[in-house]
Amino acid sequence: MTRWAMSIDLRACVGCQTCTTSCRHANATPPGVQWRKVLDVEQGEFPDVKRTFVPVGCMHCADPPCMHVCPSTATKQRPDGIVTIDYDLCIGCGYCAVACPYQARHIVHERDFAYGDGPTRSEDARFDEKRMSVATKCTWCVDRIDDGLAKGLTPGVDPEATPACVNSCITNAYTFGNLDDPESNVSKKVAGTEWFRMHEELGTDPHIFYVVDDK
Amino acid sequence: MNRNQPPSVRPWHQTNWDWRASLNFIGGGTGTGLLIAAAFAERGTYMGLALGALACVAFGLFWVWMEIGRPWRAINVVFHPQTSWMTRESIVAGPLFVVALAAAWTGSVWLVTGAAILGALFLFCQARILKASKGIPAWREPAIVPLVIATGIAEGAGLAIAALAVTGNLASRWLIATLVVVLIVRDLMWRQYRRALARNGAPKGALEVLASIDLPFSLVGNWGPVVILLAAIPEYGAANALAVIACIAAVGAGWYLKFTIVARAAFNQGFALPAVPIRGTGKRMAGTKPGWEKPAQG
Repeated sequence: MTRWAMSIDLRACVGCQTCTTSCRHANATPPGVQWRKVLDVEQGEFPDVKRTFVPVGCMHCADPPCMHVCPSTATKQRPDGIVTIDYDLCIGCGYCAVACPYQARHIVHERDFAYGDGPTRSEDARFDEKRMSVATKCTWCVDRIDDGLAKGLTPGVDPEATPACVNSCITNAYTFGNLDDPESNVSKKVAGTEWFRMHEELGTDPHIFYVVDDK
Repeated sequence: MNRNQPPSVRPWHQTNWDWRASLNFIGGGTGTGLLIAAAFAERGTYMGLALGALACVAFGLFWVWMEIGRPWRAINVVFHPQTSWMTRESIVAGPLFVVALAAAWTGSVWLVTGAAILGALFLFCQARILKASKGIPAWREPAIVPLVIATGIAEGAGLAIAALAVTGNLASRWLIATLVVVLIVRDLMWRQYRRALARNGAPKGALEVLASIDLPFSLVGNWGPVVILLAAIPEYGAANALAVIACIAAVGAGWYLKFTIVARAAFNQGFALPAVPIRGTGKRMAGTKPGWEKPAQG
């Protein structure tokens, strides 16, 4: 079996937001929509202050509340655990967005442009009407994964088959792979470190592991 | 999301459902409550009450239709009855209109009873829609289910009594007594709901918004009408005008409650760090959950 998962080493993340930018480039998300964003968490009081950068997005939960509430069956879960949205079925009711405890879903009703009132050539070329007024979110670059697998590549190892955010990370904080394979990058990382998962108490079984220390 | 808004750690108010969504809960709750109350009204008054009830439900559904991004695909809403309470609500809506219209036309006791049962089902679905919204702590609290049901029935009974009085009819003492009981239950459910939120933890913003309506909701919406209606029962008829005002206050308070819960107290989960990364020789630090009343784990 295959169960894709991601680990993010919070000790390594420097908050450069290259993952955010590469995600936007790979997926052509409009201004204001970040499928992968980086939180800046500041704690403590001077001089004992800590700053932690936390990349967040769709957690591709094993028990996704967005899928359960979706009235149109647009949100589905593949056998490999990736949660997808069928833009042709989605009615844009926003129920999935209020059901997601990770604020990972976005609905855009009007076209917006990065510079001025009109689209750049790139924005025009990559505009997808299907994505208007429906829910969108991180797909873990599912097209890259599927295409890579078809070519015999290994997601998480071969960049061509790996999510853009993972490829772009300048500190190698991200790891991606098959959690059901004990030899995968992500399984080794999870086995050898202390980690937490966001809002685990809500029972969604999220598939991003945040590494905080060695075991 | 506002394009200029930086990613936040603290919970912020969700932006996907606004006042239009709250009108669905207002119209649906009042309409189905009215359909239930109408089942206990005199036969001669049923048609008017039932048609009014359906108008309320249709009004709510119209506004939710106005809110969805792809309204011409709205029929897709019925595709997921296995787990989606929104689908279940929409599936109940069809027979609800057919049976209630038939009941209004024929006056058949069976159809009137059927319409009331379908109304109760619709109301239950609405309550469960909120509870299934895992991303909104003020909605996912299980105590919201009896609160939404109680307020729907209270609004329906209140509207029925007021409508009957305004049209020169008298509601039965039994219906007035029912409203008194339901208002007391609604207030108890409201307290239970707020206690549960405080106990289980909720974003500070949500708790503050809910606290701000506590006094007007309880005093003007529940206990004030209870006292007036209790006084009105023995006088029955003489104190009609005052009873109508009490009923309108009870109905308005229910709308105010639902608007507040759906459109003002819907702060999302935000983010938390149950553990902080250990770098170099830095000291271990406790986790954080900014913007929450309870800085609990996770």
